[in-house]
Amino acid sequence: MCRIGAIKSKKYIHPSQALYLMRSQQKGHDNSGFAMVMQDLGGIFKDYKDLPILSMACTEEGMNIVDNILSSEGFTRVMHWTPETNPSPNLIIETMPLYVFLVLQYPKSYKYATQEEKEDLLVNTRLKIRKALEKEDKGYVYSFWPDVLTLKEIGDPKDIGTYFGLWKENSEFTAKVITAQCRQNTNYDIVRYAAHPFFLQGYTTLANGENTFYEKNKLFQQSLYKGYVGFESDSQCFLYTLHYLNKILKWPLTYYKHTITPLPYDDIMKREDKAVLLKIKESLAHLEINGPNTIIGAMPDGTLFTVCDSKKLRPVVIGKTDETVVITSEVCGLNEILPERNWQDDIYPHERETVIINNDLRVEQWQQ
Amino acid sequence: MATMKVNELSKDDLIWQIEYNSDRCTMCGQCVAACPFSAIEARVEKRRKVVSTGPTPTPKLKFETVPVIKQVVNKVNFCRGCGICKLVCPNDAIKPVRNPDERFAMKIRSNTGDSVTRGGRSNLNSDNRTFDKIIVGRISQMTDPSLDAQRHTFDMLAPFGRVLPPERLPLEVRDGKLEVASQTPPVRWIYPVIIGDMSIGALSCRMWEALAIATAYLNEQAGIPIRMCSGEGGMPLRLLRSRYLKYMILQIASGHFGWNRIINTMPEMMEDPAGVLIKIGQGAKPGDGGLLQAKKVAKHIQEIRGVPKADLLSPPNHQGLYSIEESVQKMFLSLNAAFRFKVPVAIKVSASATSVSVYNNLLRDPYNIVGGFFLDGLFGGTGAAHEISLNHTGHPIISKLRDCYHAAVHQGKQGQIPLWGGGGLGMTGNLAADATKMICLGANGVFTGKLMLQLAGCVGNEKAKCNACNTGLCPVGICTQNPVLTQRLDVDKVAENVVNYFLAVDKEIKKLMAPIGNSSLPVGRSDALVTTDKAVAEKLQIQYGC
Repeated sequence: MCRIGAIKSKKYIHPSQALYLMRSQQKGHDNSGFAMVMQDLGGIFKDYKDLPILSMACTEEGMNIVDNILSSEGFTRVMHWTPETNPSPNLIIETMPLYVFLVLQYPKSYKYATQEEKEDLLVNTRLKIRKALEKEDKGYVYSFWPDVLTLKEIGDPKDIGTYFGLWKENSEFTAKVITAQCRQNTNYDIVRYAAHPFFLQGYTTLANGENTFYEKNKLFQQSLYKGYVGFESDSQCFLYTLHYLNKILKWPLTYYKHTITPLPYDDIMKREDKAVLLKIKESLAHLEINGPNTIIGAMPDGTLFTVCDSKKLRPVVIGKTDETVVITSEVCGLNEILPERNWQDDIYPHERETVIINNDLRVEQWQQ
Repeated sequence: MATMKVNELSKDDLIWQIEYNSDRCTMCGQCVAACPFSAIEARVEKRRKVVSTGPTPTPKLKFETVPVIKQVVNKVNFCRGCGICKLVCPNDAIKPVRNPDERFAMKIRSNTGDSVTRGGRSNLNSDNRTFDKIIVGRISQMTDPSLDAQRHTFDMLAPFGRVLPPERLPLEVRDGKLEVASQTPPVRWIYPVIIGDMSIGALSCRMWEALAIATAYLNEQAGIPIRMCSGEGGMPLRLLRSRYLKYMILQIASGHFGWNRIINTMPEMMEDPAGVLIKIGQGAKPGDGGLLQAKKVAKHIQEIRGVPKADLLSPPNHQGLYSIEESVQKMFLSLNAAFRFKVPVAIKVSASATSVSVYNNLLRDPYNIVGGFFLDGLFGGTGAAHEISLNHTGHPIISKLRDCYHAAVHQGKQGQIPLWGGGGLGMTGNLAADATKMICLGANGVFTGKLMLQLAGCVGNEKAKCNACNTGLCPVGICTQNPVLTQRLDVDKVAENVVNYFLAVDKEIKKLMAPIGNSSLPVGRSDALVTTDKAVAEKLQIQYGC
């Protein structure tokens, strides 16, 4: 079972918070990696909000491949940040030679391009880089998007934190939304791409659950959008569905739950909005998840949410102070990083519930 | 010396031979009366006995004439092995026995000079079912939890109707909510099994009525929203005008039998029918039209169909349709229009090497009026067909259904025209298992026909037992219009059996869905299946296990 966590704060927070949040929830050998997505960045990235950041791990040759692709597309470097690492033989971590976070300027030809054209360029470039790196087995590209940074690695999360110096808080490397998880996909081959959180065009998801309809989700999603690739984990399908509904179909977030876990027919027929819900059930039948699941997601506008399956077999809890909201699998994580909160206000979502945290940290709770 | 008639049809040539024990027989005559084929008759036999009754041998010759039951041997009244004689015999004195050295296939043809017709299913290779080489093998253990089949809520419904792709749904956001902005094609959510499609005419009125009663009962009392397809031959006016019409799918086939009455009754319909099914072909006899022989065209059948007493041969094609595109433009459009675009119109074709082309083409239907693709496989049953069609034409359903699903996936259009498969499902008695496997392979639902007759008492099987549906002499009153024979069928009991069977099917489908952790139908969930046959694994793209 994956323990997952998301922190959203009014002030910039350091990834050490995510490590503390997740480490306390660790069980048995369920600690095979660390992955996080940081959105709405502070510190050294604060002044580059509109410029895309490429997050990847690669070899020297991989770097050359990527440089060539970026320059052929017309991107120019604005800033290159490499985390300071602390190698030690005692650390359990499978490192890559280079961890690259590149802030880039759009090609000159995109000076008057629309937002949509720019977004399309970023996806196309990332896919091109991914394909090139994959072909030569020279690295992994996790995200290429403005104001977003992704780090994933295999090993003991504690040691990964030590290696990247993440345990020590500083003001250089911060964000207002951090989503994280401490596990690789231990059921199958351990692949860096298979670790949550998954990110695409401003959308991030993490999931604790099983997608027994993975096969049909995958077959359907493959034809919906070029960015729906990989499928190293059944949980990637949750992200692609979210992206498809909100970004491509432009449907409100409300309908995410109605798509991934549609209500039974008899329940739909009792509702006023049955016409809409039936159409969703018909047309998006291949995006249904059938299996116990809890999903945490972040939207491009910074909204954070969690949805719970009807079977309610996967835990999630939400804790809050005036400045910070945390959604995570187990309450011990909240106790670790929000000990001062009023625990009586913690929210334990029920089956078929969606909980949304907006940018003012207002909490909305919906029943499907 | 008598002439040996070696070239005549003899008892040794027949598939079924009557085994008769005169010692047990009381000559009650029930077997002779019950045999609808007149394949047995009462005769007398001469017996010669030498007896000696005194203390010393004093042999005397004694001739006796005894009454016996004898098998009739001719090209019309041969025994079909239905076993009705055995069923009615109070003393177990008579029964048909399979003759392993039969030569019937060649003898009947050489005697009649005609193509052999019969009912039933293909009688070749029925033991080698792909269904039985596939198991539901992806059982939740320590991954996702299995569900509890008894206590969990299952949503076991399938779409019937044209499903629009999400980007073409007329949904608009108003005040943060989606609203349907214009009319969409009708889609009905129904039970994933359709009873069908057997006509009044092929079936006795009593049998058809029993199925209709069972359908209504399942819907109204058992909470199982099953639908029944009329078959080609129209429907009783009383049903067309009743509220139960909503459970019936009207079939239109190339003979258009019964449609005059259906169209004339439209203004009086209280409910829309559940759907319309255009029958292009039938799995049991692909390339052949329907065949109702004159002996079954009784007076009431003439009335329902609007025809005189004659052999009713539906043409192999819908006359006037020359292409798939044209069928969509003309036939689908007119039937959709006839019911104001409120009733889904689907199509049924025989599984064939061409099925994928047809399905691919229909998926591109620009008017969104093709509401279902029914694929009927090799082992489907029929009331009457040429045996050569039954045994030597058609296509196995499983791989063709799978091919069609993959074709839709390839186009990114899976689910847009729901796939329904049939043809030999439940042949071994377990429809739930076959249906679930079909669904995992990509079917939205399945349809069943012959099995319903077997539930009603049909004694026929895929090993040349009975198969006399075409004769109008069905020994159990199912496929006949003969008033004496139809009285053998207990309408209420048949309806009860069908209802009970579906209650069991419902439970058993859940018993397969629960261990794979699914509360809704696992359409296309082929990862749940495992086969012990490598060729099957390769063809269907499912896991191999040994």
